[in-house]
Amino acid sequence: MARKRAIDPGEAVGILSAQSIGEPGTQMTMRTFHYAGVAEQVPTGLPRLIEIVDVRRTPKKPTMEIYLTKEYSKNEESAKKIAEEIEEVSLGKIAEIRENFARKEIEIIPDEEGLKEQGLTRGDIVKKVKKTVSGSIREEGNSIVITPKTTLLRSVRRTTNKLRTLHIKGINGISRVVVLKGDGEYYIRTGGTNFEEVLKWKGVDSDRSYTNNIKEVEKVLGIEAGRNAIIKEAKQVLDMQKLDVDTRHIMLLADAMTMNGEIKPVGRHGLSGEKVSILARAAFEETIKHLIAAAVKSDEDRLLGVTENVIVGQEVPVGTGTVKLAMKMGKK
Amino acid sequence: MEKSKEKTAVYLNGRLVGFHEDGSALTASLREKRRSGIISRQSNFAYFPRERSLYINTDSGRARRPYIVVDKGKSRLAPEVGEKLRKKEVSWDYLITNGIIEYLDAEEEENAFVATREEELTDEHTHLEIDPVSIVGVTVAQLPFPEYNSSPRITMACAMSKQSLGHYASNFNIRMDSRAHLLYYPQVPLVQTRPYRTLKFSKRPCGQNFVVAVATYYGYNMGDAIVINRNAIDRALARSVFYKTYETEERRYPGGQKDKFEIPQPTVAGYREEAMYAKLGEDGIIFPEAEVQAKDVLVGKTSPPRFLEEVSGFGIAEEKKRENSSVLKEGEEGFVDSVLLTESPSGNKLVKVKVRSVKIPETGDKFASRHGQKGVIGLLANQEDLPFTEHGVVPDLIINPHAIPSRMTAGHILEMLGGKAASMHGKIMDGTAFNGDKEETFSKILESYGFKSDGKERLYDGISGEAIEAEIFVGVVYYQKLHHLVSNKMHVRSRGPVQLLTHQPTEGRAREGGLRFGEMERDCLIGHGASMLLKERMLEESDKTTELICSKCGSVAVTDHIRNKSYCPLCGEADELYHIEISYAFKLLLDEIKAIGVFPRIMLKDKA
Repeated sequence: MARKRAIDPGEAVGILSAQSIGEPGTQMTMRTFHYAGVAEQVPTGLPRLIEIVDVRRTPKKPTMEIYLTKEYSKNEESAKKIAEEIEEVSLGKIAEIRENFARKEIEIIPDEEGLKEQGLTRGDIVKKVKKTVSGSIREEGNSIVITPKTTLLRSVRRTTNKLRTLHIKGINGISRVVVLKGDGEYYIRTGGTNFEEVLKWKGVDSDRSYTNNIKEVEKVLGIEAGRNAIIKEAKQVLDMQKLDVDTRHIMLLADAMTMNGEIKPVGRHGLSGEKVSILARAAFEETIKHLIAAAVKSDEDRLLGVTENVIVGQEVPVGTGTVKLAMKMGKK
Repeated sequence: MEKSKEKTAVYLNGRLVGFHEDGSALTASLREKRRSGIISRQSNFAYFPRERSLYINTDSGRARRPYIVVDKGKSRLAPEVGEKLRKKEVSWDYLITNGIIEYLDAEEEENAFVATREEELTDEHTHLEIDPVSIVGVTVAQLPFPEYNSSPRITMACAMSKQSLGHYASNFNIRMDSRAHLLYYPQVPLVQTRPYRTLKFSKRPCGQNFVVAVATYYGYNMGDAIVINRNAIDRALARSVFYKTYETEERRYPGGQKDKFEIPQPTVAGYREEAMYAKLGEDGIIFPEAEVQAKDVLVGKTSPPRFLEEVSGFGIAEEKKRENSSVLKEGEEGFVDSVLLTESPSGNKLVKVKVRSVKIPETGDKFASRHGQKGVIGLLANQEDLPFTEHGVVPDLIINPHAIPSRMTAGHILEMLGGKAASMHGKIMDGTAFNGDKEETFSKILESYGFKSDGKERLYDGISGEAIEAEIFVGVVYYQKLHHLVSNKMHVRSRGPVQLLTHQPTEGRAREGGLRFGEMERDCLIGHGASMLLKERMLEESDKTTELICSKCGSVAVTDHIRNKSYCPLCGEADELYHIEISYAFKLLLDEIKAIGVFPRIMLKDKA
């Protein structure tokens, strides 16, 4: 069966895939749906597809789906507890930070309710602050007052900014958590990702948890997982728009993007920019740059690809162009 | 300062001038003063309670429009004033000076609550529309029944009404427009609107009333095509003239040289065939009413050479001239309508030749009704083959029923009905937006003339003579011929001129150019694996050249035409040269690479 469906030699699979993904893509631009009322809107449609193909380091809306091991997933309370533990809390979130430029002091007024919600005490804050800031710290009634060592206005401001983002608890980068129910179990959806840390967390089912940050998947789970993430994410975008694109086209795209053991984008800094042929690269973008670079290295274009042969005016090595005629010389 | 926050900020022409305790009272009193004429009537006041600001605008350049002022749900335009107005005892100025009508600008409009009709007035209303049509602009106002159509179609109808052919100016005969169309026998629409009459559009009509049937006709009106009655065309339906004016000037060049209008001598560089100059008078200018074809010379002109001649062998610079005549463009023909001899602003002799050609509707010409229903002619059918009614009426035009439901142009249907009623009754019907004649009116008229009230008729097939099973909707619609005529667009090329630089075919109809086989088309051929076809398109049918390449060093050989010998510019030898077929564009690329200081080599190898 599989052999019967094998692609013929010389079939221009790359162009076919490009056209098969590109053509529905043109329709996508015109109907990018915005679902009203859905929290944490992840970009869909063309913007997301571009994001995937360009391999942005961080997607516009990075999210994770964290599944839990059996002992935690059945119970909403236990799932919530993990969620709370995971959520990153910065000082700015639970306290008001005021600068007093006249006295060159910084005042931290913790929000008592916020503290209670996060299960923290003022002591925790003081401890953390002490670690990051050099200077004297004293507690004044409700607030914590810091007198930084360097009293330059600029450094005061720098310290406040540092304090605002000061990590108090949770996993770095996970800014929001929601506990959701599905398929008879509770799982966590997050805003912001930190795949590596989350997978190490106790109670997290590392086999099923997922992030939409492809680059992160690659880093944590390896290139094969990265390839699958590309396929999954791209397929998801197309499915959502009810566009029927054969998976194999997307698989080819993912293969091309991951073939060097590292995910690289499709454009100028990736696939197209790494073509072997000088002429093909020069025809794409930054013509002069490629020509000069080739001249410096005394490069050779073997005319093995399609574009270069079109430029030169020869048959292109696909389809009917792959066939060569060899004459069998009769024995004399 | 703290207190002024609760006060209303007053801005005069965008500049803060002060604060006031009670913004709304101030606004009200300002407006009353304007209406009574104490303050200029050209000032406008916009009060925004939420941002506590009052904007007073008195500067120039604000678009303003009139409304009837309303007091506590009562229009200030009382019936007795209306009566006086009708008797012409009072004028527009009276209405304004008495504060009955006032002009609002865009900003004050934000404060107004305008009723469209007097019946709709409530206590909250501040103004009343003089007429509901004034909601729409001039272009929409001359469309019939726009309120029955979907808005995209109205937009399209507006855009297309600007492309219609008609009687565009009454001095067309003495005008020298570079291009102009004129419709034969233009008609006034049978369904008009009040603004149409106000604008005296009937003096410049731009269409004709067609008898339209909504039916199919052997597939010749699929997908927005229309079938037109050929005999109606022969009776000059939708016939138009096309005028095109050619201009040439006897220009002066630096060095005292000058162009000259004349019949060029055969010795002149670029001399055309003698027959091309045959219609010129001895002054080199063509006669009026001469029949001309493409490439015929309209004005013979010679120019001095582009570059100053170097001194010839005999020591005298002989005067070599260049042919620079004005020639009728490719694909055009007609008669010379008029010739104008005059002087250009720079004082040179100037000739304008107006060429006229009759454009009889043909397949592919574009037509549109005033409802965004456009279509091109798919077939000119003989009258005897078209369906006819019991009265023997044969439609001029058949549109496809599929053109109606998805586009929701009910106005088109209503106009058909109205046009039919108008043509029976002998009276022009009113299609003014929101206030036009009603369907029932048309139905009644039609019934009184023995037609069905819904406009449907029994039709008989012109070919078989049999009655068509379904009753067919027949009516009269004002159709416009649009200036997209096939004869001005048709273009073919099998061989033709190529560009000097790239040796590739030229671009565009005017240059007899080819159609670009672009990047995406190229991708398609690759996708099909059609390698040979691709090569044919990109090379054989484009810029194929043969070059000699030195197989030793890979450089392009040079040819010494005097000794008729080719040799490698690098090795200086001629024994290792081989012919290769490449695209000229690639050769050009190699040259350009050399120009940036990079030496490209072509390494040859036997084809495996």
